[in-house]
Amino acid sequence: MADIFAYIEHNQGVVDDTALELLAAAKKIFPDAPVTAIVMGSGGDVDKVANEMTASYNAVWKVDNAAFSFPDAEAARKALVNILPGDCVLLLPHAHFGMDLSPGLSIKLDSVFLSDVVDSEGLDGNTLKVIRQEFSGQVSTHVHADISNGAVINVRPGVFQPDESKAGGGDVVDKSGDIGDVSVKRKYLETVQAEAGEVDITKSEVLVSVGRGVEEEDNIEMMFDLAEAMGADVSCSRPIVDAKWLEKARQVGTSGQTVKPKVYMALGISGSFQHMGGVKGNPFIIAINKNPKAPIFQMADVGVEANILEFVPELTEKIKEL
Amino acid sequence: MEILVCVKRVPDTAENEIEINSEGNDIERDDLVYSVNEWDNYAVEEAIQIVDKVGGSVTVATVGDEESEEVLRREMAMGAQNGLLLTDDAFEGADGKGIASILTAAVKKGNYDLILTGAQADDGAAEVGGMMAAMLDVPYASLVNTIEVQDGKLKIGREVEGGNQDMYEVEMPCVLSIQTGINEPRYVGIRGIRKVASVEIPEQGASDLGIDASNVGGDAAKVKRIDYFVPEMGEGAEMLEGSTEEIIEKLVEYLKAKGGLK
Repeated sequence: MADIFAYIEHNQGVVDDTALELLAAAKKIFPDAPVTAIVMGSGGDVDKVANEMTASYNAVWKVDNAAFSFPDAEAARKALVNILPGDCVLLLPHAHFGMDLSPGLSIKLDSVFLSDVVDSEGLDGNTLKVIRQEFSGQVSTHVHADISNGAVINVRPGVFQPDESKAGGGDVVDKSGDIGDVSVKRKYLETVQAEAGEVDITKSEVLVSVGRGVEEEDNIEMMFDLAEAMGADVSCSRPIVDAKWLEKARQVGTSGQTVKPKVYMALGISGSFQHMGGVKGNPFIIAINKNPKAPIFQMADVGVEANILEFVPELTEKIKEL
Repeated sequence: MEILVCVKRVPDTAENEIEINSEGNDIERDDLVYSVNEWDNYAVEEAIQIVDKVGGSVTVATVGDEESEEVLRREMAMGAQNGLLLTDDAFEGADGKGIASILTAAVKKGNYDLILTGAQADDGAAEVGGMMAAMLDVPYASLVNTIEVQDGKLKIGREVEGGNQDMYEVEMPCVLSIQTGINEPRYVGIRGIRKVASVEIPEQGASDLGIDASNVGGDAAKVKRIDYFVPEMGEGAEMLEGSTEEIIEKLVEYLKAKGGLK
Protein backbone atom coordinates (compact mmCIF):
# COMPACT_ATOMS: atom_id res chain seq x y z
CA MET A 1 0.00 0.00 0.00
CA ALA A 2 1.33 3.36 -1.00
CA ASP A 3 1.88 6.08 1.59
CA ILE A 4 -0.93 8.64 1.66
CA PHE A 5 -0.28 12.37 2.13
CA ALA A 6 -2.41 15.51 2.28
CA TYR A 7 -1.07 18.99 1.59
CA ILE A 8 -2.32 21.46 4.19
CA GLU A 9 -2.92 24.97 2.89
CA HIS A 10 -2.75 27.75 5.42
CA ASN A 11 -2.60 31.50 5.37
CA GLN A 12 -0.17 32.86 7.94
CA GLY A 13 -0.99 30.18 10.45
CA VAL A 14 -4.72 29.99 9.76
CA VAL A 15 -5.58 26.51 8.45
CA ASP A 16 -7.68 26.37 5.29
CA ASP A 17 -11.10 24.66 5.36
CA THR A 18 -9.77 22.07 2.92
CA ALA A 19 -7.36 20.59 5.52
CA LEU A 20 -9.98 18.26 6.97
CA GLU A 21 -11.82 17.81 3.66
CA LEU A 22 -8.70 16.19 2.24
CA LEU A 23 -8.59 13.86 5.25
CA ALA A 24 -12.19 12.83 4.51
CA ALA A 25 -11.34 12.28 0.85
CA ALA A 26 -8.26 10.21 1.74
CA LYS A 27 -10.29 8.03 4.10
CA LYS A 28 -12.98 7.48 1.48
CA ILE A 29 -10.38 6.28 -1.04
CA PHE A 30 -8.14 4.37 1.39
CA PRO A 31 -10.35 3.50 4.38
CA ASP A 32 -7.70 1.92 6.60
CA ALA A 33 -4.52 3.67 5.54
CA PRO A 34 -2.71 6.15 7.79
CA VAL A 35 -2.62 9.66 6.34
CA THR A 36 0.27 12.08 6.77
CA ALA A 37 -0.26 15.85 6.64
CA ILE A 38 2.37 17.99 4.95
CA VAL A 39 2.72 21.51 6.34
CA MET A 40 5.10 23.91 4.62
CA GLY A 41 5.81 27.43 5.75
CA SER A 42 8.21 29.64 7.58
CA GLY A 43 8.73 30.35 11.27
CA GLY A 44 6.10 30.14 14.01
CA ASP A 45 3.19 29.68 11.62
CA VAL A 46 4.38 26.31 10.45
CA ASP A 47 4.70 24.95 14.01
CA LYS A 48 1.26 26.25 14.92
CA VAL A 49 -0.35 24.60 11.90
CA ALA A 50 1.65 21.37 12.25
CA ASN A 51 0.68 21.00 15.92
CA GLU A 52 -2.95 21.68 15.12
CA MET A 53 -2.91 18.93 12.46
CA THR A 54 -1.56 16.26 14.82
CA ALA A 55 -5.05 15.91 16.32
CA SER A 56 -6.51 14.79 12.99
CA TYR A 57 -3.65 13.21 11.04
CA ASN A 58 -1.64 10.07 11.84
CA ALA A 59 1.58 11.96 11.24
CA VAL A 60 2.60 15.48 10.27
CA TRP A 61 5.61 16.35 8.16
CA LYS A 62 6.67 19.94 8.56
CA VAL A 63 8.96 21.90 6.28
CA ASP A 64 10.20 25.18 7.73
CA ASN A 65 12.13 27.29 5.25
CA ALA A 66 12.20 30.98 4.34
CA ALA A 67 11.38 29.95 0.74
CA PHE A 68 7.89 29.09 1.97
CA SER A 69 7.06 32.30 3.80
CA PHE A 70 4.90 32.74 0.73
CA PRO A 71 3.18 29.69 -0.83
CA ASP A 72 5.32 29.31 -3.95
CA ALA A 73 4.32 26.26 -5.99
CA GLU A 74 7.57 26.18 -8.00
CA ALA A 75 9.70 25.87 -4.85
CA ALA A 76 7.22 23.55 -3.13
CA ARG A 77 7.31 21.18 -6.11
CA LYS A 78 11.10 20.83 -5.87
CA ALA A 79 10.92 20.21 -2.13
CA LEU A 80 8.12 17.65 -2.44
CA VAL A 81 9.98 15.69 -5.12
CA ASN A 82 12.86 15.33 -2.67
CA ILE A 83 10.88 14.31 0.41
CA LEU A 84 8.02 12.21 -0.98
CA PRO A 85 8.33 8.49 -1.76
CA GLY A 86 8.02 8.05 -5.53
CA ASP A 87 4.91 5.87 -5.47
CA CYS A 88 2.97 7.87 -2.88
CA VAL A 89 -0.51 9.33 -3.18
CA LEU A 90 -0.71 13.08 -2.46
CA LEU A 91 -3.99 14.96 -2.10
CA LEU A 92 -4.24 18.74 -2.53
CA PRO A 93 -7.06 21.25 -2.85
CA HIS A 94 -7.96 22.02 -6.48
CA ALA A 95 -7.49 25.77 -6.11
CA HIS A 96 -5.01 28.42 -7.19
CA PHE A 97 -2.02 26.81 -5.46
CA GLY A 98 -2.78 23.19 -6.35
CA MET A 99 -3.48 24.08 -9.97
CA ASP A 100 -0.02 25.68 -10.10
CA LEU A 101 1.79 22.84 -8.36
CA SER A 102 0.22 19.49 -9.14
CA PRO A 103 0.37 18.76 -12.90
CA GLY A 104 4.13 19.28 -12.95
CA LEU A 105 4.61 17.40 -9.68
CA SER A 106 2.95 14.31 -11.17
CA ILE A 107 5.46 14.41 -14.03
CA LYS A 108 8.43 14.79 -11.68
CA LEU A 109 7.18 11.89 -9.52
CA ASP A 110 6.28 9.84 -12.62
CA SER A 111 2.82 9.30 -11.15
CA VAL A 112 -0.65 10.06 -12.51
CA PHE A 113 -2.48 13.36 -12.03
CA LEU A 114 -6.18 13.52 -11.26
CA SER A 115 -7.65 16.99 -11.46
CA ASP A 116 -10.65 18.51 -9.69
CA VAL A 117 -11.94 15.25 -8.22
CA VAL A 118 -15.45 15.51 -6.71
CA ASP A 119 -15.95 11.95 -5.45
CA SER A 120 -14.40 8.51 -5.29
CA GLU A 121 -15.68 5.01 -5.81
CA GLY A 122 -12.60 3.54 -4.18
CA LEU A 123 -9.72 1.38 -5.21
CA ASP A 124 -9.85 -1.83 -7.23
CA GLY A 125 -6.37 -3.32 -7.20
CA ASN A 126 -4.21 -0.52 -8.60
CA THR A 127 -7.15 1.14 -10.32
CA LEU A 128 -8.48 4.20 -8.57
CA LYS A 129 -12.03 5.10 -9.56
CA VAL A 130 -12.99 8.73 -9.21
CA ILE A 131 -15.69 11.08 -10.42
CA ARG A 132 -15.02 14.37 -12.18
CA GLN A 133 -17.20 16.90 -13.94
CA GLU A 134 -16.92 18.44 -17.38
CA PHE A 135 -18.58 21.33 -19.18
CA SER A 136 -19.00 23.42 -16.02
CA GLY A 137 -20.80 20.62 -14.21
CA GLN A 138 -23.35 19.86 -16.92
CA VAL A 139 -22.13 16.26 -17.08
CA SER A 140 -20.09 13.97 -14.82
CA THR A 141 -17.56 11.32 -15.77
CA HIS A 142 -16.16 8.17 -14.20
CA VAL A 143 -12.38 8.26 -14.49
CA HIS A 144 -10.15 5.25 -13.84
CA ALA A 145 -6.47 5.72 -13.11
CA ASP A 146 -3.63 3.23 -12.74
CA ILE A 147 -1.94 4.41 -9.53
CA SER A 148 0.67 1.66 -9.27
CA ASN A 149 3.33 4.39 -9.59
CA GLY A 150 1.48 6.77 -7.27
CA ALA A 151 -0.88 9.68 -7.83
CA VAL A 152 -1.25 13.41 -7.31
CA ILE A 153 -4.93 14.12 -6.70
CA ASN A 154 -6.45 17.60 -6.70
CA VAL A 155 -9.70 17.48 -4.74
CA ARG A 156 -12.42 20.07 -5.33
CA PRO A 157 -12.83 22.26 -2.23
CA GLY A 158 -16.17 22.08 -0.46
CA VAL A 159 -17.43 18.70 -1.70
CA PHE A 160 -16.14 16.34 1.01
CA GLN A 161 -17.53 16.88 4.51
CA PRO A 162 -14.59 17.78 6.77
CA ASP A 163 -13.43 14.87 8.94
CA GLU A 164 -13.79 16.31 12.45
CA SER A 165 -13.20 13.01 14.26
CA LYS A 166 -9.81 14.12 15.60
CA ALA A 167 -8.69 10.51 15.49
CA GLY A 168 -5.14 11.30 14.40
CA GLY A 169 -2.79 11.65 17.32
CA GLY A 170 0.31 11.82 15.18
CA ASP A 171 3.73 13.28 15.85
CA VAL A 172 5.41 16.12 14.00
CA VAL A 173 8.39 15.04 11.91
CA ASP A 174 10.73 17.82 10.78
CA LYS A 175 11.61 17.31 7.10
CA SER A 176 13.19 20.75 6.65
CA GLY A 177 16.65 19.28 6.20
CA ASP A 178 15.64 16.94 3.39
CA ILE A 179 14.16 19.35 0.85
CA GLY A 180 17.36 19.98 -1.10
CA ASP A 181 17.80 22.95 -3.43
CA VAL A 182 14.58 24.93 -3.74
CA SER A 183 15.87 27.84 -5.80
CA VAL A 184 13.54 28.69 -8.67
CA LYS A 185 13.47 30.70 -11.89
CA ARG A 186 10.15 32.28 -11.00
CA LYS A 187 10.61 34.93 -8.35
CA TYR A 188 7.71 36.13 -6.18
CA LEU A 189 7.49 39.91 -6.08
CA GLU A 190 4.31 40.95 -4.30
CA THR A 191 0.59 40.37 -3.92
CA VAL A 192 -1.57 43.13 -5.36
CA GLN A 193 -4.81 43.47 -3.38
CA ALA A 194 -8.07 43.63 -5.28
CA GLU A 195 -9.32 47.16 -5.87
CA ALA A 196 -12.34 48.25 -3.88
CA GLY A 197 -15.37 48.87 -6.03
CA GLU A 198 -18.19 51.38 -5.94
CA VAL A 199 -20.22 48.92 -3.85
CA ASP A 200 -19.04 46.38 -1.30
CA ILE A 201 -21.08 43.32 -2.29
CA THR A 202 -19.64 41.34 0.63
CA LYS A 203 -21.92 43.43 2.87
CA SER A 204 -25.04 43.26 0.68
CA GLU A 205 -28.13 41.55 2.10
CA VAL A 206 -29.81 41.11 -1.26
CA LEU A 207 -27.92 40.50 -4.48
CA VAL A 208 -29.13 40.50 -8.06
CA SER A 209 -26.34 38.58 -9.76
CA VAL A 210 -25.87 38.68 -13.52
CA GLY A 211 -24.33 35.97 -15.70
CA ARG A 212 -23.66 35.14 -19.32
CA GLY A 213 -27.42 34.96 -20.01
CA VAL A 214 -27.50 38.76 -20.13
CA GLU A 215 -25.96 38.35 -23.61
CA GLU A 216 -25.11 42.01 -24.31
CA GLU A 217 -23.67 44.92 -22.40
CA ASP A 218 -26.74 47.05 -23.10
CA ASN A 219 -28.88 44.57 -21.19
CA ILE A 220 -26.99 45.11 -17.92
CA GLU A 221 -29.05 48.23 -17.24
CA MET A 222 -32.17 46.08 -17.08
CA MET A 223 -30.64 44.19 -14.16
CA PHE A 224 -29.79 47.43 -12.35
CA ASP A 225 -33.43 48.48 -12.76
CA LEU A 226 -34.56 45.27 -11.05
CA ALA A 227 -31.98 45.68 -8.28
CA GLU A 228 -33.11 49.25 -7.67
CA ALA A 229 -36.74 48.20 -7.46
CA MET A 230 -35.81 45.47 -4.96
CA GLY A 231 -33.38 47.56 -2.96
CA ALA A 232 -30.63 45.11 -3.90
CA ASP A 233 -27.05 45.45 -5.13
CA VAL A 234 -25.80 44.07 -8.45
CA SER A 235 -23.12 41.39 -8.54
CA CYS A 236 -22.05 39.14 -11.40
CA SER A 237 -20.24 36.02 -12.56
CA ARG A 238 -16.83 35.88 -14.19
CA PRO A 239 -17.72 36.23 -17.91
CA ILE A 240 -19.31 39.62 -17.21
CA VAL A 241 -16.05 40.91 -15.73
CA ASP A 242 -13.98 39.29 -18.50
CA ALA A 243 -16.12 41.20 -21.00
CA LYS A 244 -15.46 44.36 -18.94
CA TRP A 245 -19.19 45.03 -18.61
CA LEU A 246 -18.91 45.30 -14.82
CA GLU A 247 -15.99 45.97 -12.48
CA LYS A 248 -14.02 43.13 -10.89
CA ALA A 249 -15.20 44.13 -7.40
CA ARG A 250 -18.70 42.93 -8.33
CA GLN A 251 -17.54 39.39 -9.25
CA VAL A 252 -18.77 36.58 -6.98
CA GLY A 253 -16.65 33.43 -6.86
CA THR A 254 -13.43 31.81 -5.69
CA SER A 255 -11.39 34.29 -7.69
CA GLY A 256 -13.71 37.17 -6.83
CA GLN A 257 -15.68 38.14 -3.74
CA THR A 258 -17.19 35.88 -1.10
CA VAL A 259 -20.70 37.12 -0.36
CA LYS A 260 -23.14 36.28 2.46
CA PRO A 261 -26.49 37.76 1.47
CA LYS A 262 -29.93 36.74 2.76
CA VAL A 263 -31.25 36.43 -0.78
CA TYR A 264 -29.19 35.65 -3.88
CA MET A 265 -30.94 35.99 -7.22
CA ALA A 266 -28.89 34.35 -9.99
CA LEU A 267 -29.91 35.66 -13.41
CA GLY A 268 -28.58 33.73 -16.39
CA ILE A 269 -25.84 32.16 -14.26
CA SER A 270 -25.10 28.47 -14.92
CA GLY A 271 -23.75 27.85 -11.41
CA SER A 272 -20.18 26.61 -11.80
CA PHE A 273 -18.48 25.56 -8.58
CA GLN A 274 -16.01 28.43 -8.91
CA HIS A 275 -18.94 30.85 -8.87
CA MET A 276 -20.96 29.15 -6.12
CA GLY A 277 -17.78 28.81 -4.05
CA GLY A 278 -18.16 32.52 -3.41
CA VAL A 279 -21.75 32.26 -2.14
CA LYS A 280 -21.68 31.53 1.60
CA GLY A 281 -23.98 31.75 4.60
CA ASN A 282 -26.75 29.61 3.10
CA PRO A 283 -28.77 32.38 1.42
CA PHE A 284 -32.19 31.82 -0.17
CA ILE A 285 -31.20 31.30 -3.80
CA ILE A 286 -33.50 32.15 -6.69
CA ALA A 287 -32.31 30.99 -10.11
CA ILE A 288 -33.69 32.23 -13.40
CA ASN A 289 -32.20 30.54 -16.45
CA LYS A 290 -33.46 29.46 -19.84
CA ASN A 291 -31.49 26.19 -19.72
CA PRO A 292 -33.46 23.74 -17.52
CA LYS A 293 -30.31 21.62 -17.13
CA ALA A 294 -28.19 24.44 -15.73
CA PRO A 295 -26.44 23.21 -12.54
CA ILE A 296 -27.69 26.31 -10.70
CA PHE A 297 -31.13 24.68 -10.41
CA GLN A 298 -29.59 21.94 -8.24
CA MET A 299 -28.34 24.52 -5.76
CA ALA A 300 -31.22 26.98 -5.82
CA ASP A 301 -34.24 27.01 -3.52
CA VAL A 302 -36.56 28.36 -6.17
CA GLY A 303 -36.12 28.21 -9.94
CA VAL A 304 -37.75 29.76 -12.97
CA GLU A 305 -37.07 28.43 -16.47
CA ALA A 306 -37.17 31.62 -18.49
CA ASN A 307 -35.12 33.96 -20.64
CA ILE A 308 -34.03 36.67 -18.22
CA LEU A 309 -34.20 39.30 -20.95
CA GLU A 310 -37.96 38.73 -21.22
CA PHE A 311 -38.69 37.84 -17.60
CA VAL A 312 -36.77 40.49 -15.70
CA PRO A 313 -38.54 43.61 -17.11
CA GLU A 314 -41.90 42.10 -16.20
CA LEU A 315 -40.70 41.24 -12.71
CA THR A 316 -39.32 44.75 -12.27
CA GLU A 317 -42.67 46.28 -13.32
CA LYS A 318 -44.54 44.12 -10.83
CA ILE A 319 -42.21 45.01 -7.95
CA LYS A 320 -42.48 48.71 -8.77
CA GLU A 321 -46.28 48.43 -8.51
CA LEU A 322 -46.09 47.10 -4.95
CA MET B 1 10.18 36.58 -29.36
CA GLU B 2 9.10 33.18 -30.65
CA ILE B 3 5.84 32.10 -29.03
CA LEU B 4 4.04 28.78 -29.28
CA VAL B 5 0.38 28.70 -28.25
CA CYS B 6 -1.22 25.31 -27.67
CA VAL B 7 -4.91 25.28 -28.55
CA LYS B 8 -7.74 22.75 -28.46
CA ARG B 9 -10.91 22.14 -30.43
CA VAL B 10 -13.85 21.68 -28.04
CA PRO B 11 -17.65 21.55 -28.16
CA ASP B 12 -18.90 25.12 -27.90
CA THR B 13 -21.03 25.30 -24.73
CA ALA B 14 -22.48 28.64 -25.78
CA GLU B 15 -23.94 26.99 -28.89
CA ASN B 16 -24.89 23.55 -27.50
CA GLU B 17 -26.61 21.88 -24.60
CA ILE B 18 -24.30 19.09 -23.54
CA GLU B 19 -26.25 15.83 -23.33
CA ILE B 20 -25.38 12.17 -22.81
CA ASN B 21 -25.76 9.84 -25.82
CA SER B 22 -28.08 6.84 -25.72
CA GLU B 23 -25.23 4.40 -24.88
CA GLY B 24 -24.18 6.58 -21.96
CA ASN B 25 -20.53 6.33 -22.94
CA ASP B 26 -20.09 9.76 -24.47
CA ILE B 27 -21.79 13.08 -24.93
CA GLU B 28 -24.11 13.39 -27.92
CA ARG B 29 -21.75 14.59 -30.64
CA ASP B 30 -24.07 14.64 -33.66
CA ASP B 31 -24.83 18.24 -34.59
CA LEU B 32 -22.43 19.57 -31.97
CA VAL B 33 -20.91 22.92 -32.87
CA TYR B 34 -17.18 22.96 -32.14
CA SER B 35 -14.96 25.96 -31.63
CA VAL B 36 -11.59 26.83 -30.18
CA ASN B 37 -11.43 26.52 -26.40
CA GLU B 38 -12.38 29.90 -24.91
CA TRP B 39 -9.24 30.22 -22.73
CA ASP B 40 -7.00 29.50 -25.75
CA ASN B 41 -8.39 32.52 -27.59
CA TYR B 42 -7.11 34.76 -24.80
CA ALA B 43 -3.72 33.02 -24.99
CA VAL B 44 -3.46 33.60 -28.75
CA GLU B 45 -4.54 37.24 -28.41
CA GLU B 46 -1.91 37.77 -25.69
CA ALA B 47 0.80 36.20 -27.86
CA ILE B 48 -0.12 38.42 -30.81
CA GLN B 49 -0.05 41.53 -28.61
CA ILE B 50 3.40 40.60 -27.25
CA VAL B 51 4.80 40.05 -30.74
CA ASP B 52 3.25 43.34 -31.91
CA LYS B 53 5.26 45.08 -29.17
CA VAL B 54 8.61 43.27 -29.23
CA GLY B 55 8.69 41.45 -32.58
CA GLY B 56 8.91 37.76 -33.34
CA SER B 57 6.23 35.34 -34.40
CA VAL B 58 3.33 33.32 -33.06
CA THR B 59 2.80 29.64 -33.86
CA VAL B 60 -0.45 27.90 -32.91
CA ALA B 61 -0.32 24.14 -32.43
CA THR B 62 -2.92 21.52 -31.67
CA VAL B 63 -3.08 17.76 -31.27
CA GLY B 64 -5.98 16.34 -33.21
CA ASP B 65 -7.33 15.10 -36.50
CA GLU B 66 -8.07 16.89 -39.78
CA GLU B 67 -11.06 18.60 -38.21
CA SER B 68 -8.79 20.41 -35.78
CA GLU B 69 -7.27 22.29 -38.69
CA GLU B 70 -10.20 24.71 -38.63
CA VAL B 71 -9.32 25.96 -35.14
CA LEU B 72 -5.72 26.55 -36.22
CA ARG B 73 -6.95 28.50 -39.21
CA ARG B 74 -9.24 30.57 -37.03
CA GLU B 75 -6.37 31.51 -34.71
CA MET B 76 -4.20 32.32 -37.75
CA ALA B 77 -6.96 34.61 -38.94
CA MET B 78 -6.56 36.43 -35.60
CA GLY B 79 -2.93 37.06 -36.52
CA ALA B 80 -0.83 34.02 -35.62
CA GLN B 81 1.80 33.59 -38.34
CA ASN B 82 2.16 29.80 -38.30
CA GLY B 83 0.03 26.75 -37.63
CA LEU B 84 1.14 23.26 -36.68
CA LEU B 85 -1.16 20.23 -36.70
CA LEU B 86 0.15 17.32 -34.63
CA THR B 87 -1.72 14.36 -35.96
CA ASP B 88 -1.21 10.60 -35.98
CA ASP B 89 -3.57 7.65 -35.62
CA ALA B 90 -1.30 6.52 -32.80
CA PHE B 91 -2.20 9.65 -30.78
CA GLU B 92 -5.82 8.44 -30.47
CA GLY B 93 -6.90 8.02 -26.85
CA ALA B 94 -3.98 9.94 -25.36
CA ASP B 95 -4.49 11.17 -21.79
CA GLY B 96 -3.31 14.57 -20.54
CA LYS B 97 0.22 13.32 -20.06
CA GLY B 98 0.21 11.90 -23.61
CA ILE B 99 -0.95 15.23 -25.06
CA ALA B 100 1.69 17.07 -23.01
CA SER B 101 4.36 14.65 -24.30
CA ILE B 102 3.36 15.24 -27.93
CA LEU B 103 3.35 19.03 -27.51
CA THR B 104 6.65 18.90 -25.63
CA ALA B 105 8.23 17.03 -28.53
CA ALA B 106 6.99 19.77 -30.87
CA VAL B 107 8.43 22.46 -28.59
CA LYS B 108 11.83 20.76 -28.67
CA LYS B 109 11.75 20.77 -32.49
CA GLY B 110 11.42 24.55 -32.45
CA ASN B 111 13.15 27.38 -30.68
CA TYR B 112 10.49 28.99 -28.53
CA ASP B 113 11.00 31.59 -25.81
CA LEU B 114 7.49 31.35 -24.48
CA ILE B 115 4.82 28.64 -24.53
CA LEU B 116 1.24 29.56 -23.73
CA THR B 117 -1.83 27.40 -23.10
CA GLY B 118 -5.34 28.20 -21.96
CA ALA B 119 -5.72 27.81 -18.19
CA GLN B 120 -8.25 25.03 -18.76
CA ALA B 121 -10.78 23.63 -21.20
CA ASP B 122 -14.44 22.80 -20.66
CA ASP B 123 -13.69 19.12 -21.29
CA GLY B 124 -10.24 19.10 -19.75
CA ALA B 125 -8.31 19.01 -16.49
CA ALA B 126 -6.16 22.17 -16.49
CA GLU B 127 -3.08 19.97 -16.65
CA VAL B 128 -1.24 20.09 -19.97
CA GLY B 129 0.69 23.35 -19.45
CA GLY B 130 2.06 22.37 -16.04
CA MET B 131 3.03 18.94 -17.35
CA MET B 132 4.85 20.44 -20.34
CA ALA B 133 6.84 22.80 -18.10
CA ALA B 134 7.93 19.85 -15.93
CA MET B 135 8.89 17.80 -19.01
CA LEU B 136 10.87 20.75 -20.40
CA ASP B 137 12.28 21.61 -16.96
CA VAL B 138 11.33 25.26 -17.33
CA PRO B 139 9.33 27.58 -15.02
CA TYR B 140 5.54 27.44 -15.02
CA ALA B 141 2.78 29.73 -13.87
CA SER B 142 -0.93 29.01 -14.08
CA LEU B 143 -3.95 31.32 -14.20
CA VAL B 144 -1.87 34.18 -15.59
CA ASN B 145 -3.82 37.40 -16.04
CA THR B 146 -1.12 39.89 -16.96
CA ILE B 147 2.20 39.67 -18.87
CA GLU B 148 4.79 42.38 -19.32
CA VAL B 149 8.08 41.86 -21.19
CA GLN B 150 11.04 43.35 -19.28
CA ASP B 151 14.71 42.96 -20.27
CA GLY B 152 14.50 39.39 -21.48
CA LYS B 153 12.32 38.37 -18.54
CA LEU B 154 8.60 38.45 -17.96
CA LYS B 155 6.74 40.18 -15.20
CA ILE B 156 3.51 38.28 -14.76
CA GLY B 157 0.46 38.28 -12.51
CA ARG B 158 -1.39 35.18 -11.32
CA GLU B 159 -5.01 35.29 -10.35
CA VAL B 160 -5.47 34.08 -6.77
CA GLU B 161 -8.22 34.03 -4.15
CA GLY B 162 -10.44 37.03 -3.55
CA GLY B 163 -9.56 38.88 -6.74
CA ASN B 164 -5.97 39.40 -5.57
CA GLN B 165 -3.01 39.01 -7.88
CA ASP B 166 0.40 37.46 -7.14
CA MET B 167 3.18 39.12 -9.15
CA TYR B 168 6.27 37.21 -10.28
CA GLU B 169 9.36 37.72 -12.37
CA VAL B 170 9.86 34.68 -14.62
CA GLU B 171 12.86 33.64 -16.66
CA MET B 172 12.39 32.40 -20.21
CA PRO B 173 11.81 29.97 -21.72
CA CYS B 174 8.74 29.24 -19.65
CA VAL B 175 5.21 27.90 -19.89
CA LEU B 176 2.26 30.05 -18.82
CA SER B 177 -1.40 29.08 -18.68
CA ILE B 178 -3.64 32.02 -19.51
CA GLN B 179 -6.80 32.99 -17.64
CA THR B 180 -9.79 34.60 -19.34
CA GLY B 181 -10.06 38.36 -18.99
CA ILE B 182 -6.32 39.02 -19.54
CA ASN B 183 -7.24 40.89 -22.74
CA GLU B 184 -10.11 41.28 -25.17
CA PRO B 185 -9.63 38.74 -27.97
CA ARG B 186 -10.14 40.32 -31.38
CA TYR B 187 -13.10 39.52 -33.51
CA VAL B 188 -12.49 37.25 -36.48
CA GLY B 189 -14.72 37.87 -39.47
CA ILE B 190 -15.38 35.80 -42.55
CA ARG B 191 -12.89 37.93 -44.43
CA GLY B 192 -10.11 37.13 -41.99
CA ILE B 193 -10.84 33.42 -42.28
CA ARG B 194 -10.83 33.65 -46.10
CA LYS B 195 -7.43 35.30 -46.06
CA VAL B 196 -5.82 32.25 -44.45
CA ALA B 197 -8.07 29.65 -46.10
CA SER B 198 -5.42 28.43 -48.50
CA VAL B 199 -2.37 28.76 -46.26
CA GLU B 200 -0.56 25.44 -45.98
CA ILE B 201 -0.58 24.12 -42.40
CA PRO B 202 2.21 21.61 -41.80
CA GLU B 203 1.35 18.28 -40.20
CA GLN B 204 3.63 16.26 -37.96
CA GLY B 205 3.16 12.73 -36.69
CA ALA B 206 4.98 10.58 -34.17
CA SER B 207 7.95 9.83 -36.42
CA ASP B 208 8.38 13.50 -37.43
CA LEU B 209 8.45 14.40 -33.75
CA GLY B 210 10.81 11.58 -32.87
CA ILE B 211 8.52 10.08 -30.24
CA ASP B 212 7.59 6.46 -29.66
CA ALA B 213 3.87 6.41 -30.42
CA SER B 214 3.29 3.57 -27.97
CA ASN B 215 4.29 5.96 -25.14
CA VAL B 216 1.68 8.61 -25.84
CA GLY B 217 -1.47 6.99 -27.28
CA GLY B 218 -4.40 5.17 -25.76
CA ASP B 219 -2.38 2.11 -24.73
CA ALA B 220 -0.02 4.26 -22.68
CA ALA B 221 -2.80 6.28 -21.05
CA LYS B 222 -2.98 5.62 -17.32
CA VAL B 223 -5.91 7.98 -16.82
CA LYS B 224 -9.04 6.95 -18.71
CA ARG B 225 -12.46 8.52 -18.92
CA ILE B 226 -14.83 5.55 -18.78
CA ASP B 227 -18.15 7.23 -19.47
CA TYR B 228 -20.32 10.30 -19.08
CA PHE B 229 -23.35 10.43 -16.83
CA VAL B 230 -25.74 12.82 -15.18
CA PRO B 231 -25.57 12.26 -11.43
CA GLU B 232 -28.65 11.60 -9.34
CA MET B 233 -29.23 14.90 -7.63
CA GLY B 234 -31.28 15.90 -4.67
CA GLU B 235 -34.59 17.52 -5.28
CA GLY B 236 -33.01 20.72 -6.42
CA ALA B 237 -34.98 23.91 -6.77
CA GLU B 238 -38.73 24.20 -6.52
CA MET B 239 -39.51 25.14 -10.12
CA LEU B 240 -42.19 27.79 -10.37
CA GLU B 241 -44.75 26.90 -13.03
CA GLY B 242 -47.69 28.61 -14.67
CA SER B 243 -48.17 31.76 -16.68
CA THR B 244 -45.51 34.46 -16.40
CA GLU B 245 -47.91 36.47 -14.29
CA GLU B 246 -48.49 33.57 -11.89
CA ILE B 247 -44.78 32.85 -11.65
CA ILE B 248 -44.01 36.47 -10.88
CA GLU B 249 -46.69 36.53 -8.21
CA LYS B 250 -45.19 33.47 -6.50
CA LEU B 251 -41.69 34.86 -6.83
CA VAL B 252 -42.69 38.17 -5.25
CA GLU B 253 -44.23 36.27 -2.32
CA TYR B 254 -40.94 34.44 -1.80
CA LEU B 255 -38.99 37.68 -2.04
CA LYS B 256 -41.20 39.29 0.58
CA ALA B 257 -40.98 36.30 2.89
CA LYS B 258 -37.21 35.93 2.66
CA GLY B 259 -36.29 39.59 2.97
CA GLY B 260 -35.52 40.08 -0.70
CA LEU B 261 -37.49 43.32 -1.00
CA LYS B 262 -36.63 46.46 0.87
